[in-house]
Amino acid sequence: MSHTATFPLFPHRHLLGIQGLSAEDIELLLDRADAAVAISRQPEKKTGTLRGRTQINLFYEASTRTQSSFELAGKRMGADVMNMAVGSSSVKKGETLIDTAMTLNAMRPDILIIRHASAGAAALLAQKVGCSVVNAGDGAHEHPTQALLDALTIRRARGPLGKLTVAICGDVLHSRVARSNIVLLNALGARVRVVGPSTLMPAGIERMGVQPFTSMKDGLKGADVVMMLRLQRERMAGAFVPSVREYFRYYGLDAEKLKLAKDDALVMHPGPMNRGVEIASEIADGPQSVIEEQVEMGVAVRMAVMEALLDPRRNAEAAQ
Amino acid sequence: MTATVFTNARIVDPSRDLDETGTVIVANGKIQAAGADARNQGAPDGAEIIDCAGKLIVPGLVDSRVFIGEPGAEHRETIASASHAAAAGGVTSIIMMPDTDPVIDDPALVEFVLRAARDTAVVNVHPAAAVTKALAGREMTEFGLLRQSGAVAFTEGRRTIANPVTVRRALTYARDFGALIALETQDADLAAGGVMNEGLYASWLGLPGIPREAEVIPLERDLRLARLTGGSYHAAKISTAISAEAVGRAKNDGASVTAGVSINHLALNEIDVGEYRTFFRLSPPLRAEEDRLAMVQALRDGTIDIISSSHDPQDVDTKRLPFADAATGAIGLETLLAVSLRLHHNGDVPLMRLIEALSTAPARLFGLPGGTLAPGAPADLALVDPGYPWIVQEADIRSRSKNTCFEGARLQGKVLQTMVAGRTVFQA
Repeated sequence: MSHTATFPLFPHRHLLGIQGLSAEDIELLLDRADAAVAISRQPEKKTGTLRGRTQINLFYEASTRTQSSFELAGKRMGADVMNMAVGSSSVKKGETLIDTAMTLNAMRPDILIIRHASAGAAALLAQKVGCSVVNAGDGAHEHPTQALLDALTIRRARGPLGKLTVAICGDVLHSRVARSNIVLLNALGARVRVVGPSTLMPAGIERMGVQPFTSMKDGLKGADVVMMLRLQRERMAGAFVPSVREYFRYYGLDAEKLKLAKDDALVMHPGPMNRGVEIASEIADGPQSVIEEQVEMGVAVRMAVMEALLDPRRNAEAAQ
Repeated sequence: MTATVFTNARIVDPSRDLDETGTVIVANGKIQAAGADARNQGAPDGAEIIDCAGKLIVPGLVDSRVFIGEPGAEHRETIASASHAAAAGGVTSIIMMPDTDPVIDDPALVEFVLRAARDTAVVNVHPAAAVTKALAGREMTEFGLLRQSGAVAFTEGRRTIANPVTVRRALTYARDFGALIALETQDADLAAGGVMNEGLYASWLGLPGIPREAEVIPLERDLRLARLTGGSYHAAKISTAISAEAVGRAKNDGASVTAGVSINHLALNEIDVGEYRTFFRLSPPLRAEEDRLAMVQALRDGTIDIISSSHDPQDVDTKRLPFADAATGAIGLETLLAVSLRLHHNGDVPLMRLIEALSTAPARLFGLPGGTLAPGAPADLALVDPGYPWIVQEADIRSRSKNTCFEGARLQGKVLQTMVAGRTVFQA
């Protein structure tokens, strides 16, 4: 993207969550991402806008999809990308997050992408390092690039989000994707519903800017977007819901339940999917599904985010 | 021993319901007189005369819940360093929790603590012993022998005894020795994985919550067992409105129960956690503002008997971590009085009641000699400028660990001088 200067300067140094971003900040990232989609669809996919910059991916939780999406995004812009193999390094030998952060910081990266099982880990890291930090998922807190890619997917398919009704379905309690989406969709003026069994709803959900439903029938009625969440295996058998078959019967998205939403409602899933648990295969692969687009938008959004955070105009400002 | 005469002091002594301007005469380590009528008693020969210019003299604070790292974690706090922190906060007696390494569950360890305190501490240090061996929640410790060697109460420290039969037997057996059982309550399963108060704030932060019911369910159990056995039970650290209600009901029913609250739960709430500030990760967790207000109300009306600092030193290795991985606890000895005075300054709790809850009541409850300025009592006292404004700064903290919830806080009220048995152990 040689037209960097046509976008306004993104006013934040890190992307730790959607919380704290204004509607303008979000729209700016989505506009930048739109431009990045075009680049990714060219035969020549390299931009060179991050040439000479160092990106470190620090993934404490295994995530092939998100990590490779960030890696590809960095490489398309010419950054040097390093994946820290957390599982095999000193981190496994008990080095604390902060010590690892200090070590990485000494290598003078320009941007750190972190995923960690503990809520607040990205914010903690951001306090200790001198470079930009992107939260690629921290516990059940936030996963901002996922919410951005979801918004981009919706916007490209349906236009501005302000008039839409979005139903987020499933394990909201443990989902950082749900939290980031709730904040983002509210910021852009969408009507947000959450649908799921009460055992999978966080305390105070009714005060989180959403309309909660315990039945798919009510929750999906007239929805423009149906966003399914992943149900972790360890939560399926007895702990939060009695069984997979009962969960699928009441909360799995199948053709019958999808009929309740608008005829052209978009079906989304952040992946990886549990087919036959939260979503039927025929729906995941069906005409209303935009799950593959979401993956494509993921790369574009991550390009946009990193480029916005490492905007050369910021360095120029700092140098003055 | 030298004598000291404090003149022109505002003397607040809840043990005699006394709040008047007068003189405090200290000689031979004891209070010789304290009050308006002490003015014309004359000074002992060679006494140092201190004009207090209207400042406050109170009986030294008695802090019933102090975690110390000695033995086992001396890098966090030693008996000596805790005692200096206490002295700086106007605290003249501390009750030390048994969750050390090794656990204080044997008379030899009580003796070790008392010896270390005698040799290194500048305030009175009283060990509390474990209720069960190794704090494992199963076999009772030797209440009789432990008491004889100097344990002032029995507690499981940070832990909750899961088995109601163990609590019942402990209360029953302790009754025979006139021993007090002081417990914190948190149901391990209801609280499992939880790291802050359950509610909207925890939900937004994506942190697993601890419901209030995790505290009140085992508390209700213990209160009923106290009624059943006639044993003396102290609910050591309640934090929720429903816990205060439960204690109030048990008291009305005539059970021999008392309750304590940590200063943190009187002064702070869950919003103070902010963006994952681990110094505010406490056990029980900081609750909602309604709960904090209920704690203040319960303190004022006497449902809650005493205030503790719940001083719990933690080092960077246990606090400089993501919130959910960090240890619980905050230090508090040095700020206990000044933070408590907030409740006086804003009109929530009268000064007399505050000092009672910080000094006279805990001394009485745990059978300690302090908590009073009555003639003949040990001269454990604090001279306080109640209006003095100051800012808590890490560099000034005497405790070996710096995990205070009040870093940068503006407080009003400072200890100018602390005396233990007539000896000045702190001077600002």
